[in-house]
Amino acid sequence: MVTWEKFYVSIFELAKKYIGGRGLGTKLYMDEVDPQVDPFAAENKIVFINGPLSGTATPTGGRYMVVTKSPLTGCIASSNSGGEWGAYLKYAGYDAIIVEGKASLPVYLNIDEEKAEILPALDLWGKYTSETSDLLIEKHPGAKVLTIGPAGEKLSQMAAIMNEKDRAAGRSGVGAVMGSKNLKAITVKGNLRPEIARPDGLKAVTKECRTLLKENGVTGGGLPTYGTAVLVNIINEHGVYPTKNFQGGQDPDAEAVSGETLTEKYLIKRNPCHHCPIGCGRWVKSDKSPDGIGGPEYETLWVFAGDLGIDDMEVVIDANYWCNELGIDTISAGATLAAAMELYQRGYITDEMLDDEVILKFGNADSVVHWLKKMGNREGFGDLLARGSYRLADFFGVPEYSMSVKKQDLPAYDPRGIQGMGLQYATSNRGGCHVRGYLISPEILGLPEKLDRFDLAGKEVWAKVFQDLTAVIDSTGLCLFTSFALGAKEYADMLNETLGTDWTAEDVLLAGERIWNLEKLFNLEAGISSEEDTLPPRFLEEEMPDGPTKGWVHKLDELLPLYYKERGWDEDGIPTEERLEKLGLL
Amino acid sequence: MAIKIKLFANFREGRGKIVEMDYTPGMTGQDVIDSLGITAPEIAALIVDGVDGKVDAMLAVPVKEDGYMAIFPPVAGG
Ligand code: SF4
Repeated sequence: MVTWEKFYVSIFELAKKYIGGRGLGTKLYMDEVDPQVDPFAAENKIVFINGPLSGTATPTGGRYMVVTKSPLTGCIASSNSGGEWGAYLKYAGYDAIIVEGKASLPVYLNIDEEKAEILPALDLWGKYTSETSDLLIEKHPGAKVLTIGPAGEKLSQMAAIMNEKDRAAGRSGVGAVMGSKNLKAITVKGNLRPEIARPDGLKAVTKECRTLLKENGVTGGGLPTYGTAVLVNIINEHGVYPTKNFQGGQDPDAEAVSGETLTEKYLIKRNPCHHCPIGCGRWVKSDKSPDGIGGPEYETLWVFAGDLGIDDMEVVIDANYWCNELGIDTISAGATLAAAMELYQRGYITDEMLDDEVILKFGNADSVVHWLKKMGNREGFGDLLARGSYRLADFFGVPEYSMSVKKQDLPAYDPRGIQGMGLQYATSNRGGCHVRGYLISPEILGLPEKLDRFDLAGKEVWAKVFQDLTAVIDSTGLCLFTSFALGAKEYADMLNETLGTDWTAEDVLLAGERIWNLEKLFNLEAGISSEEDTLPPRFLEEEMPDGPTKGWVHKLDELLPLYYKERGWDEDGIPTEERLEKLGLL
Repeated sequence: MAIKIKLFANFREGRGKIVEMDYTPGMTGQDVIDSLGITAPEIAALIVDGVDGKVDAMLAVPVKEDGYMAIFPPVAGG
C-alpha cells in the first residue's frame, strides 16, 4: 500500500547545517530510518532531493541526489544525477520527495504544480528505460522522467536510476531500492521558480562564476571539447589505467577509446545538463539511432575497454547504451565482467557454468553486450553477475579478485600509483568511488597544483579537504566539475545570495565536514566498521607489474592512522565526542 | 638519434599525435616545447621518460637519447 501525503516543513534551520542535496537528504533519511534496516524492506525509505541551487540560474544548477541505504554496500548511498529532472522537480514546487512503504503492484508518481498522484505502472513494468520515458512523456507531455529499468525491478545490487534516458544516479544500487517498492518512475513538470533571497546578488555572482568557468582551461577547454573521455590518455600515460581487472596499469591500445578518438570519429554534438556552460556530455554516432545516442564517460570507456582487454570504441558505445536501457551502473557492470573474466582466467568459472554461451574471457568483444543483457535481466549466470563483483568472487570463495571497497567496484584509477586517491577509496563513505574526493586532480592532472603521486606527505590533509568540499558541492545542487574552476568561496557566495545566509568559505567547509561525519555515523550504526576502510589485497601486496608505476604497492597502513587523526577520529576510525560536538552532531 | 614527443588533446592541433625530434646532447624539455611553439603555462602535466612531476621541474630535466616526452594541456573529468 502506498499513499501520498504532501506536507510543508520548515527545513531552513536544518539547511543551515546540512545545506541540501546529499547533506540534508542524509539528515532527513537518518532521522526517519533505522540504519540496520534491510535496504529492500518496506521500512526503508528513499529520498530524492535537490540542493538550494537546483533550478536557479547558477551554472549546472539542476542536479538532484538520491539518498537511501545501499543494497550493494550496506552503507549510506547518495547518488547524484544531472540532466533536467532535478530542476523540474523544483519547477513543480518541491525540494524533496521521500518515498516509504511498498506498493502491492507497480506504480509511478506523477507530480506537477497542481497535483501529486500515484498511478498504476503495470504496463511499464519490464520495459527498458527509453521506452518507459517515451510512454510517460506521451501521457504527460512536457514532463521529465526518472525511471528504473529491468535491473532495478529485479533488485540487482548495481541497478541505476536513469533520467532523460542517458543521465544516471548510477552508483550503489539505488535503482533496486526503487524496484523493491514497486516504484517504476517519477515524472515531474512545472513552471514555478525558486524564491531567491537576493536576486540581484545571485545574478552578479552567477555571472562571475560563469566567467571563471569559461576562462578555466578545463571547464572552458578540455571538458567541452573532449568530454571526460579526455582522461583515457593521461591516466594511461601515468601507468594507472587499470587493465584486465587491475592486473596491469598501462594499455598500449588505449588511444582507440580516447577522448581524442571519440571526438574525431564519433562525436555529433555536446550533450549538456540543465544550465551547464561546460557541457561535458557527449552525443555520438551509433547504429541504434540515426540521430545518435548519449555517449560514454571516461569511467565507462575504461571499464569496457582496458579493464576487459578489448579497446573497441563501438563495443563501448554499445555497452553504454545497454547499461542505460537496462538501468545498470556502467562501472559496476563492467567491473563485474572484468572480475568474471579473471575468475575464468584462473579456472574458477568454467565453460560449463556459462552453459556454453559466449565465453567471459579477456579480449572477447562478443561477450560484453551478451552478458550485460543477461545481467540486467538476471538470466542464467547473469543472475550471479547482477550482484556485483564482490558477491560474484565471494561465491567462488575468492573475494580478493573483486576490485572493490565496501563491496562497491572501484573506478578507473589504480591506487598503487596515486597514494592519496587510494586513501580516499579506502575511506569513502559510500565504498569504492572517485567522486567523493577527486585526488586525481592534484596527483595526476596538476590541478590546482601538482603533487608527487607516490609521496605520502600531507595526503591525509588533501583527502580530508577534498572529501569535505565534495560533500558541500554535492549538497548545493551543482555539478562537481565546477570545482575545477570554483572554490569554497564561490559556492558560499551562490548559497548566500540564494538563501539570504552569510556563510564564509570556512563555514561551508565545516558543513562539508559535518556531512562527512554524519555519513560515517550512519555506516557505523549500520554495522560497517572502520575495518572496512581498506583496499583489495592486490593493491597492498602485489607490485604493479608494468609501466611508469611499476614496482609500487599502496601504503595504506601508513596513511590511514594519519587520516583518522586529521579527521579528529580515534585510532579505530571512530569520530570522537569532541569532534562531533564541534560539528554540532551531538 | 631521435626523441619522441607524444601530444594530447588540443596540443595535437597542427602538430599531430607524435612528433619525432632530433636529439642533441644537453637538450631539455624546455628546448623541446620551444621548438613546438608550446609555452610552459599552457602545460598542465608532463611526463619525461616515464617520470612525472611539477611542470617547471620536468622542463629542466635533460631528455634522454631515444627517450620520450608526453605533454598534456589542462584536462580533467571523472
Ligand atoms: S559538466 Fe557535464 S556532468 Fe556536469 S552538469 Fe555539465 S554536462 Fe552535466
